[in-house]
Amino acid sequence: MTVVARVARWCRGTATIWWLSPALIYLTSAASQASELEDPPTRWTEGLYRVVMLRDYNTRVVLAGATVMGVTAGVVGVFMLLRKRALLGDVVSHAAFPGVAIAYLCAELTSPGTGKTLSYLLVGATVGGVFGAMATSWIRRATRVKDDAALAIVLSVLFGVGITALSIVQRLETGNAAGLTNFIYGKTASMTWSDLKLIVIASVVVAGVVMLLFKELTLLCFDEQFGASHGWPTASIDMCLNMLVVAVCVIGMQTVGLLLVVAMLIIPAAAARFWSDRIGTMTCIAGGFGAVSSATGVVVSSIVPDLATGALIVLFAASLFVGSMLFGVRQGLVPRGYLLFRLRRKTAIHHLLRAFYEAAEVRTQLNGQLPTSLLLSHLGWKERTFAGVAKRGVRKRLVRRDGQEMSLTELGQRESARIVRNHRLWELYLIRYADIAPTHVDRDADQIEHIIEGDILHELERTLAQSADQEVPQSPHAVAVSHPSAVVSGDGQSTKSEGS
Amino acid sequence: MTGRPKSALTVVQRARRKSDRLSTWCYMFLAVSLLFSVIGIAVISEAWRPLMKWDAIDNTMVLASVLVAVACSVPGCFLVVRKQSMMGDAISHAALPGVVIAFLLAYMFAGEDHDAESFETIKRSMMFGGAVFVGVLCTLLTESVQRLGRVEGNAALGVVFTSLFAIGLLLMRAKADDVHIDPDCVLYGSVENIALEAYLTGQIPSAIWVNAIALAINVFLVVLLFKELRISAFDPTLATTVGINSRMLHYGLMTVTAITLVAAFETVGSILVVAMLIAPAATAYLLTDRLSWMIVLAMIIAAAAAVVGHASAIVVPDLVLRPLGINSVESVSSTGMTATVIGGFFLIAIFFAPRHGTVSRALNRVKLAIRIAEEDVLGELFRRVERRDTTATSAVLERLGQLHRRSWLNRFALRNLVSADAVRRDDDALHLTEEGVLWAGDVVSSHRLWESYMSKHFALDDDHLHEAAERVEHFLDDEMRSRLRDELGDVDVDPHGRDIP
Amino acid sequence: MSSTHRDSPASTEPNEHPASSPLSIHDMTVAYHRRPVLWDIDYDAPLGKLIAIVGPNGAGKSTLIKAALELIPKVAGEVLVFGKPYRKQRHVVGYVPQRESVDWDFPVNALDVVAMGLYRQIGWFRPVGKRHRALALESLEKVGMAAFADRQISQLSGGQQQRVFLARALAQDAELYLMDEPFSGVDAATERAIIDILRELREAGRTVMVVHHDLQTVEEYFDEVLLLNMRMVATGPTSEVFTPENLRKTYGGKLALLDRVGHQMQQGGARK
Repeated sequence: MTVVARVARWCRGTATIWWLSPALIYLTSAASQASELEDPPTRWTEGLYRVVMLRDYNTRVVLAGATVMGVTAGVVGVFMLLRKRALLGDVVSHAAFPGVAIAYLCAELTSPGTGKTLSYLLVGATVGGVFGAMATSWIRRATRVKDDAALAIVLSVLFGVGITALSIVQRLETGNAAGLTNFIYGKTASMTWSDLKLIVIASVVVAGVVMLLFKELTLLCFDEQFGASHGWPTASIDMCLNMLVVAVCVIGMQTVGLLLVVAMLIIPAAAARFWSDRIGTMTCIAGGFGAVSSATGVVVSSIVPDLATGALIVLFAASLFVGSMLFGVRQGLVPRGYLLFRLRRKTAIHHLLRAFYEAAEVRTQLNGQLPTSLLLSHLGWKERTFAGVAKRGVRKRLVRRDGQEMSLTELGQRESARIVRNHRLWELYLIRYADIAPTHVDRDADQIEHIIEGDILHELERTLAQSADQEVPQSPHAVAVSHPSAVVSGDGQSTKSEGS
Repeated sequence: MTGRPKSALTVVQRARRKSDRLSTWCYMFLAVSLLFSVIGIAVISEAWRPLMKWDAIDNTMVLASVLVAVACSVPGCFLVVRKQSMMGDAISHAALPGVVIAFLLAYMFAGEDHDAESFETIKRSMMFGGAVFVGVLCTLLTESVQRLGRVEGNAALGVVFTSLFAIGLLLMRAKADDVHIDPDCVLYGSVENIALEAYLTGQIPSAIWVNAIALAINVFLVVLLFKELRISAFDPTLATTVGINSRMLHYGLMTVTAITLVAAFETVGSILVVAMLIAPAATAYLLTDRLSWMIVLAMIIAAAAAVVGHASAIVVPDLVLRPLGINSVESVSSTGMTATVIGGFFLIAIFFAPRHGTVSRALNRVKLAIRIAEEDVLGELFRRVERRDTTATSAVLERLGQLHRRSWLNRFALRNLVSADAVRRDDDALHLTEEGVLWAGDVVSSHRLWESYMSKHFALDDDHLHEAAERVEHFLDDEMRSRLRDELGDVDVDPHGRDIP
Repeated sequence: MSSTHRDSPASTEPNEHPASSPLSIHDMTVAYHRRPVLWDIDYDAPLGKLIAIVGPNGAGKSTLIKAALELIPKVAGEVLVFGKPYRKQRHVVGYVPQRESVDWDFPVNALDVVAMGLYRQIGWFRPVGKRHRALALESLEKVGMAAFADRQISQLSGGQQQRVFLARALAQDAELYLMDEPFSGVDAATERAIIDILRELREAGRTVMVVHHDLQTVEEYFDEVLLLNMRMVATGPTSEVFTPENLRKTYGGKLALLDRVGHQMQQGGARK
């Protein structure tokens, strides 16, 4: 955590531009070297070497373009994710398709042969995307149709318009529609220098806007009403965010294709959420994830033939997401599971020590030996569980075990006193303030006592007017350990659902 | 002043209704003229001419589209009311890897005998099963990502379905050389191919059968489980307390949705099917407030959209493209047009839905404004008569103009009132007729009763009462007035000391 | 009254509202979907007082604050802050929204949230600088939360989250504070801490209006009270207004008639 935090703090100041810089380096090197045709690589290691060393002009261009796109999509995606509008990107990219097709038609109609001019198509895509975003929010506001249905309708109907327009384009005498389907699946492999220029310019603009409006966008996503009460034009900032999404979709359509652009908006951002609690850091990480997955996708697809680059990029992003979900420091499943496991083990030891203490308390001495059978029946555990916990206790030098007898070490005595004290303080607190009957209090205290530390302990001592020395208060209820027979019948104490 | 003869009530109501009728007629006229102008344009421009070429192939295409659209609209209704529309989109995207994997598996197991008749059947059913399986898997994965990763619902959906879709695309491209599987086939479908197949073989193609079966399943399940589905859509917690397993129903619905969507792939493709799934349902949602009607309406809308969509696919080249100078295009994509037409229906519903439509709401606002203006004229006249002030038209209008700043509306309202026999005009002076007196009396008594009510219950000074009463007076009916009288006890004067009529 | 032809003459002259009042609400009506939820509120807040807005659930307490802040549109009426329209006086009004109104899982820490109160001061495009961070920390200190500045906000308890919100408003150094249920879901210690802060604000001459739902503590905490149930039932010094009689009027159920008329207006507006 600390390493991540330190790295994060270092790069937060320069935020998004920092992530753009490696891409820009690639870019300049791509520009400086002339294109050269070489024989296809014979071995994959050789292919990898050539890709990494940027030997192919084409690879350089594609790599730079995809990486820059990945960063931009990741950065903008963070805000869409936090605004809970993750799927708007899907609508925008689908809506851009009819824009492209209609722009093509218009161009062909006015002057045949110019249909595939990229700038026309991109203008069409932008107009379509903006129209899609605006239509969605208009439907949401003007009708009682809910958000989800508005998204689905705009997405599918506009795509239908696009298909209709495409069917016209395909049957035109003059042009062919091959260029248009590139927008659907992406055309990473055939990216050109002019495509790259466009992507970089758009990305720099997007990154610049994000940097300038970072605090405004954060406020919009976190607490729109508060922002509005301060006089921020939240509607305009929202519109600005939508424009950023449109920009990302337009440049993303060329790389991963319109069907998968939304993935580049959502997945890196969602993955980054597992690593950080600060929006600045999260933005950097999301940009990094976007860059890494894009770059990896391009590299792998240039080595292995017959792989769809766009899909590959998304799959690398998805695997980053899975990895983050499993191992992310913030809420990853593995760290969380490990913490739970640690807590369980700690709890088990605590129970053993408390059982020991309570049994020994009756005999008024802590340093004596107790038969394990007594403890076992007191705890109500399985033999194997008990053996495991006892072994750990021995390893931690809390207890000593000689055959069927057990005793507490010096450390164990102190520790057990502390644990029992916490337990009883909490019991007292519950009885006094939470109105829990003394006979039931033991079970409730069981769950809390293991995490009582520091602040809460002092607070507890203060409220209960207990002195802070190590004195262990009397148990508020009868501790039935003196006679093994009583233990078996139990008072709620021996029926713990404790185990490994 | 409590009892009021029954006939008098109807007199007032009749007078009100008479002025209401005008705008209703306007509305009707608008709708009818719109319809006729569409037909007129079609006839004049001879746009119907291509429709003369309608033949058996067109019949098959329309049949297939109608079946798909109607079958999809049924689960779509439930997705819309459960606010899970995007789940439909996700399932249809996510089904792709299911199709591809099943396809590859089928080839792997089949070995050499690719061409056998039985292989085709096995391959198709495997692809179908695979797609449905992955579609349902998508919902399960989404839920677990949402729960385990604590990711927001829409984002989890986006992560899962795009990843699955990417797997599908990747496999498809990677194996494109080995086996002929065309991505466009799943993504866009081809109703034209189905019709062609029917034409060539002379049999009903399997795609039509599959959709018919999906439709039958949907209708059967909805009829069987209607009330369970309704309650679990409305309030899952309540459903659980009355012993309905909402989770099971949810997954059941998702499975049925997946089946319906996958059945539709071959005909309309995996993206446009979303339009057929959600748009008819949402359109019906705008038109009615009852779930049962919504389903019926959605099915009708879907069927109509499929028919109109195909017809316009034939008409569009002549009507739109030829004038633009594109002569080479014979017809446009029927499915694309169907989706567009559904979108158009949805737009029409947004504007013209009887209760929730924006145009109807605007019209209602206009009607309300007219009525309020009328009642203001009546109130003013009544008070002038009460004060024995002049009732000259110019004086009345001038005063109302000062108060409300809407002189044309006041004039219009006055003319309305005259034609409705509530106000009589003798030279310049205005007089309330018998009906007019009753109506105006209602307005003024509403006003004064409300003032009394407010002065009793609100912490407001007496000089703040008037404006509030001005707003409310138009909305009190006889029942409210009599309740106000009951509540206030026997009051005959308002807080300003004037008689309550 | 003689000068007029209508029922009520004086209503067109709003000049009786004193310019010194931190918040004057003039004949304000607020409606959701054309259905009035607040009827004709006419109120002048006295300067430098702690004012409780009290009423049952659904009485429109939050609506009152939000409408005053122009977060929801008004059907009628106007709101003046120190005699000028709210739009021109935003910087002197601090707002504490309900704790439930935001997603506490958001990736910001306590200090970031407090700094949001300074964003307007910082202005467009400029990032939060050292000076503003220090200011934010200062106001976190005021609410006794300086030690938690680095905590992600979901790791704070309900009371601590509420204090962060309070600190955000304090950072703004406003003259008038509008707080929406700052005491909801907080423990006794936090409640004490918050009321101490509110009292400090009053000592400094600030005016604080608080939506409050705990009738037990109204008399102890507040100087003035505004009883609300869709309409203003009574207002004035707590000792005078907070009477069983007025409370019965406030809490004795909604006025059924008001509800009916509201419904009628909604239907009349949408249909008919």
